[in-house]
Amino acid sequence: MLAFISTLLIGITVGAIYSLMALSLVLVWRSTRVINFAQAGQAIFSTYVAYEVIQRTGNFILGMAAAVVVGALLGALVEVLLMRTLFKRIHSGAVAAVAPVIATLGLLGVIRASVGLIWGNDGHRFDAPVSTQAFSMGNTVIPFSRFNLLVIATAALVMIVFTVIFQKTSLGLSLRASAFAPEIARLSGIRVGSIRTIGWAFAGATGAVAGVLISPNDSLTPNSLDLLLIFGFVSAVIGGLDSLIGAVVGGLVLGIGKALILAYLGSSLDYPTAFVVLAIVLIVRPGGIFSMKRGRNA
Amino acid sequence: MSTPAMLSVQKLSVDFGGLHALKDVYLELNHHEVVGVIGPNGAGKTTFFNALSGFVTPTAGTFSLHGEPHKWPRPDQLTSLGISRTLQGVGLFPDLTVLENVMVGAQKFAKTGLISSAFGFTNKDEELLREKARIALERVYAGGLANRRADTLAYPDTKRVAIARALVSEPQILLLDEPAGGLGSQDIAWMNSLIHNLKSTCSIILVEHHMDVVMSVCDRIYVLNFGEVISSGPSDVVRRDPAVIAAYLGAEAV
Repeated sequence: MLAFISTLLIGITVGAIYSLMALSLVLVWRSTRVINFAQAGQAIFSTYVAYEVIQRTGNFILGMAAAVVVGALLGALVEVLLMRTLFKRIHSGAVAAVAPVIATLGLLGVIRASVGLIWGNDGHRFDAPVSTQAFSMGNTVIPFSRFNLLVIATAALVMIVFTVIFQKTSLGLSLRASAFAPEIARLSGIRVGSIRTIGWAFAGATGAVAGVLISPNDSLTPNSLDLLLIFGFVSAVIGGLDSLIGAVVGGLVLGIGKALILAYLGSSLDYPTAFVVLAIVLIVRPGGIFSMKRGRNA
Repeated sequence: MSTPAMLSVQKLSVDFGGLHALKDVYLELNHHEVVGVIGPNGAGKTTFFNALSGFVTPTAGTFSLHGEPHKWPRPDQLTSLGISRTLQGVGLFPDLTVLENVMVGAQKFAKTGLISSAFGFTNKDEELLREKARIALERVYAGGLANRRADTLAYPDTKRVAIARALVSEPQILLLDEPAGGLGSQDIAWMNSLIHNLKSTCSIILVEHHMDVVMSVCDRIYVLNFGEVISSGPSDVVRRDPAVIAAYLGAEAV
């Protein structure tokens, strides 16, 4: 029983980080209908900024804050410089569906290469702000640490902030309106372009949080968030790609599912597990768990 | 006329890659007037509305408000110019309540900027928007629907809510795109009286297929055919215009 609970806790910790990455992908998808593969690049850059700040100040919170700001700016920048230019030139046809994806993949390469140029390709390290030692009760060790708790709390905080913004503020209403029906939103006086930029900034900030949370005590390299991107993407698809709650649930489903399979079936299955979970969800619910009943009308 | 027209369009042309969608179209809208734009399918009615509301860029033409020349507005500038438009495909947000749907249209009253509204949760604004939305719903006799989710509404009710969303910004000029489209005869009667009532607070341009609606609510009518105005004037004059009858008969004969 104890083993089961600790497996669950590990799953929730990992899942919380997947949820954040999924959230950042969903935020962009909702506003622009693009899967932003460059998110892994934006997040790794932001994480290196956190690393740099933590090296200089020794303050993890300061590092996290810097990463969030840089992540948001980078997100906004990608939207304004790359996406707007792209969409100005291509409006329709097969190219319009493919070009943004290729562009974000290309950008991912560019950012990773730049990170390599600035910080080198060797692994860097920064420590977690709190203990990563497993809790122990008497003789039994639960593989769950203070840092795991911090990860879950931080992810929960991010989700609460988004819930409040989306449900309680007029900015949130504008974000939802622009995502669902851009024409109506524009006729209502919403500057959909600016709202889109804000969506990308939120996404960038969220991706940065995910990057900083997953990296402590691990080797930080230009490629080290690639797997997180894949797991985040799978989580987002499980959640229906359009739903913020879906992204969170998708991340947790994947995290817990992976932890269970790892614990009971073996560690060699770590990587394929994500896709097995994805396949099962899509067979049962082809639109994802939280797919909207109706398609968008715009 | 002593007072300038509220809205005036002159020599409006829209080309889609060599195709003249609109050519030298003109229209004037006066205070407390309902003007109809009619014509056979493909005559350019929707393109005309799209040009007026900034979804389509005119190739030529002038646009003026209250006698002052004005650049063709962008869609997101309309409400601040006192213009509001409904869309044919209603477009309510299914997972929002009716009240929230209407609040979306009240953005111009959300004075706080984007950034500040993200941080300070401006309750005062929020309350103001809610209040305005409630008033707009009352105006279309849909106050009782406020807390329903939009996807639970019957079709005629979605039409009312869409009009409420257009009214919430307190427009002087209302552009109604096929308000009676898809409605049964009872609801059409209701829509007629609603449009009559709205006339007291705003001027209306109406694109509509239902001729009985057009004839009963419009003071004046512009008839489009193949992108050009072929007739305009008071409703009872236009309906007897041989050119109009020919255009409609021609269209129906096909």
